[in-house]
Amino acid sequence: MLETLLSPKEKLKIKIAARNLSFFYGDHQALFDNNLEIPENRITAVIGPSGCGKSTHLRIYNRIFELYREQRAEGEVVIDGVNILDRNVDVLELRRKVGMIFQRPTPFPMSVFDNVAYGMRLHFKLRKSEIAERVESALRGASLWEEVKDKLNGSGLALSGGQQQRLCIARTIAAEPDILLLDEPTSAIDPVATLKIEELLLSLRKRFTIVIVTHNMQQASRISDFTAFFYKGRIVEHDTTTKIFTNPSNKKTEEYITGRFG
Amino acid sequence: MRETDDCIRRPVFFRKLLNAVMWLLSAAGVALAVFCMLWILWSVIRNGAGVIGLDFLFCGSKPPGEPDNGVGNAILGTVFITLTAVVIGVPAAFAGGVGLAIYGQNSRIGNLIRFSVNVMMGLPSILAGVFVYALLVVTTGHRSGFAGSLSLAIILFPVVMRTTEDMILMVPAAVHESSLALGMTRARSVLCIVCRSIKGGLATGILLAVARTAGETAPLLFTALWSDAWPWHYFTQPTANLPVLINEYTTNSPSEEMHAMGWGAAFLITITLLLMNLALRFICREKKHA
Repeated sequence: MLETLLSPKEKLKIKIAARNLSFFYGDHQALFDNNLEIPENRITAVIGPSGCGKSTHLRIYNRIFELYREQRAEGEVVIDGVNILDRNVDVLELRRKVGMIFQRPTPFPMSVFDNVAYGMRLHFKLRKSEIAERVESALRGASLWEEVKDKLNGSGLALSGGQQQRLCIARTIAAEPDILLLDEPTSAIDPVATLKIEELLLSLRKRFTIVIVTHNMQQASRISDFTAFFYKGRIVEHDTTTKIFTNPSNKKTEEYITGRFG
Repeated sequence: MRETDDCIRRPVFFRKLLNAVMWLLSAAGVALAVFCMLWILWSVIRNGAGVIGLDFLFCGSKPPGEPDNGVGNAILGTVFITLTAVVIGVPAAFAGGVGLAIYGQNSRIGNLIRFSVNVMMGLPSILAGVFVYALLVVTTGHRSGFAGSLSLAIILFPVVMRTTEDMILMVPAAVHESSLALGMTRARSVLCIVCRSIKGGLATGILLAVARTAGETAPLLFTALWSDAWPWHYFTQPTANLPVLINEYTTNSPSEEMHAMGWGAAFLITITLLLMNLALRFICREKKHA
């Protein structure tokens, strides 16, 4: 369905496809038949008013919702041809492939270096020198290296909020995922640090498929290639970001992006 | 207009007064607590500090009047009894607390366990003593230091378990979730990330529980009781220990010398706990500015 929206030159591979995805918190249904295709190596923004199911939708992609017994997903999420909701899919392997960054930065209570090395060591058998190299390249990838190279042994908790969030991104990309899920990654961070993270995401686009949930519509329009608008658990409109923000097809979308509600 | 304005205004005075009263009440509460602590500390120091010396610390207990009289055997006995109680009780309780925190939320079995642990926590310590007395002393035919350890472990267990669970639940869910999102298993996330971020609080909580049980007397009266010997027969014979010594020397003896030694033992326990607490605070300081 997305292909039709794109210019013929752009042949995009679909990385994630949600099909008839519904979600329940106990008896309460939060998502209704979501269908969404997310192209590879692009940034897809997920917008919508509070409580519309954006984060809920995102949290299905790495099955993090399974931590809570009463939460349940129905339908399919196909990543690289495999329905990851299938019981046979190994969730630890899935989560290496599909990294997630949360709203509040959550550095681990250890040094900056170990924060990045920890997850990497879980997944890869590496020699010491390789670990050091990869930590550096992950920190460079997260545009944090220059700021922390002299305090790698200092606590990750001692960094500023924006640095902590980039540390979390470094930690995630060190596990070499294909996909980055970001759940309002800048809502707890000051505007200057937010811009840094946005630039970072644009630079990461070449390597990863990025899905970002955001409350901030300027952010969505600044960095994303595609935008999906959620309302009351349904996907109202999904299109190129330019189209959504200049000429939305749906009235609800238009009302939301012009700030009439939300 | 001005009149209606005056009508709806409330004078600030009463709100300020209420604020002052509340402030006074809480200040008085704090003062009372500090006063009690200082008073206890002062009586223990005044009566007990004087007898502390090398003989007192390193000689075994003897009948009053004999030379080289000390409480060394009771100190060592208390160390044996408490450490064994910690070895028996703390790992199991910690594991239970972790399990309850991970798997016991909103589950019927979890709630049942939590309820049982709460009841266990409220049991008078003397019951732990009687229980172990029936279980171990009656069946084997002798009191022992080990029976004392077991009764202390029973007291320790629920406190440590609830402390562990409560501390783990205080960590924001995002920390747990973000470590899972990196591909960690639940066990690793809880043990290596979540518990690591609360290690100071955990250690303090566990130490406080240990400190409280180390001074328990009632269960030891049924189990370890008392002996003038050194505790080399910890598993098979009554074993000297400080709480029972304090009880015996201060209330059950006419000798002034033994009264003083009882105070000395009380002083010893108090100072040890104080130092342990301070040391722990020092070790587990939050190293945010590394």
